[in-house]
Amino acid sequence: MEIDPFIFRLSIFILSIFIGYYVVWSVTPSLHTPLMSVTNAISSVIIVGAIIAALAGNNENIFNEASVFGFLAIILAAVNIFGGFLVTQRMLAMYKKKKK
Amino acid sequence: MISTNLLALFYLVSGVLFILALRGLSSPETSRQGNFFGILGMLIAVVVTFLSTGNFSTSFIYVIVFILIGGSIGAFIAFKIPMTAMPELVAGFHSLVGLAAVFVAISAFLNPEAFNLGTTGNIKLASLIEMSIGAAVGAVTFSGSIIAFLKLRGIMSGAPITFPGQHILNLIILISLVALTYFLCVIQASNLFWTLIAISFLVGILLIIPIGGADMPVVISMLNSYSGWAAAGIGFTLENTALIITGALVGSSGAILSYIMCKGMNRSFFSVILGGFGGTDQISKSNNIEQKPVKSGNSDDAAFLMKNASSVIIVPGYGMAVAQAQHALREMVDTLKKNGIKVSYAIHPVAGRMPGHMNVLLAEANVPYDEVFELEEINNDFANCDVAYVIGANDVTNPVAKTDPQSPIYGMPILDVEKAKSVLFVKRSLSPGYAGVDNDLFYRENTLMLFADAKKMTEDIIKSF
Repeated sequence: MEIDPFIFRLSIFILSIFIGYYVVWSVTPSLHTPLMSVTNAISSVIIVGAIIAALAGNNENIFNEASVFGFLAIILAAVNIFGGFLVTQRMLAMYKKKKK
Repeated sequence: MISTNLLALFYLVSGVLFILALRGLSSPETSRQGNFFGILGMLIAVVVTFLSTGNFSTSFIYVIVFILIGGSIGAFIAFKIPMTAMPELVAGFHSLVGLAAVFVAISAFLNPEAFNLGTTGNIKLASLIEMSIGAAVGAVTFSGSIIAFLKLRGIMSGAPITFPGQHILNLIILISLVALTYFLCVIQASNLFWTLIAISFLVGILLIIPIGGADMPVVISMLNSYSGWAAAGIGFTLENTALIITGALVGSSGAILSYIMCKGMNRSFFSVILGGFGGTDQISKSNNIEQKPVKSGNSDDAAFLMKNASSVIIVPGYGMAVAQAQHALREMVDTLKKNGIKVSYAIHPVAGRMPGHMNVLLAEANVPYDEVFELEEINNDFANCDVAYVIGANDVTNPVAKTDPQSPIYGMPILDVEKAKSVLFVKRSLSPGYAGVDNDLFYRENTLMLFADAKKMTEDIIKSF
């Protein structure tokens, strides 16, 4: 009997939680605020779902009831992606070492 | 048009780049490169998604336009936002992720064919469960973050809002959510789906209103975690590896931050969630404050003490952020350094309104990060330092956390400010801190209270030097 693809996805999910656990513990506490803004930006990769949903409408009816939600989600996720990465960039640029 | 397998491989690449983005944050030197990896991962994910749909019709142009609209709003906010407003910005961003997850789930529910999830009214059972979880968690994240945003922004009072029967109400709602999901899976009626989302919005609100202002570091971290789990739920629905990996990373990241924040306050996660901190203790403790003598001084006294010191430790807290005193503080430290005095900064894990809040503010004021130390690194140095300059912090320095088992903050790790030869306390008044506990340090022999606005006092000290 073949393994259900769901099990593979679940495996990826569980292993990623472990990766996340170890990677985040190694983040220096002084960078916890940028950590939050960057995790926020990357979780907006949900935009791929929004794009698929938005493009599912046909040409005569670009904004049908399902694709409208896709388009709305695109705006929200795009605010987050640009906002999240840029504000992280702005913060990280401020962290400087002592001039010797 | 690219094949499904190739698409999945590219999503995997995105996922790995996101891991590297977080890995980069282990030190400030590698962090900027890490952020670049994150952007690259996002770019790959978006581009291959376009290629996979192969739909470059008019809809495609609309998608690009909508991305640009959202992107310019985001970029505008990112450049305009002052660093002191970072907590509410992050809360606001979390709400957007949550709402986006809800929208994607709704879209998948209305048009399951587009995602290969079956047909309307006959969606695959597993997909329906994943979809419901994604939508529910997304909705909780959305409304919860909105409340957190309003509290942080000061639009809504930071005081915990509790009412009788709150916990029972929450329990009933939780049970009804599970029941709704079950019936949704059985009869697939769209009304049930809408109800599920509506109730989840309500849960988010009820979850955050009983939590007080100073517990915000935990709340923000927790919502960060939720936004990750919502993304993962949608990732399972859409069978998208990039989303699953990212969701897991963000979910565990937020959970760890919540844990670190709870530990910094010596409170259990559940006691924070159940809310209502310090409500009853305040009244009983406030009676015996007035009698004790307090030494207070002005900027000249403070400057005199510092001039004669050889080492000074600065302890910043939320009050510094409120007074926007970080730049003035840096100037004062420059003056001290010019006089050959050794200066370092001590930061408590829960100083400010979000994890790492003080570090960002100091970085903004051009304080080099290698002069800023965490609690464990610097706590032993207080015994050898001449002056501790406490600016806008209170509870995190209160020795009662070590001595009085009755105190609500007992067991909280504190900065050993009391061990310094002299303590300068910049504060507006003798009022107790957020926890409602009187600070013993105010009445110590070696403490000098500087009653003033943090920024004004710091500027005056520079002038008196």
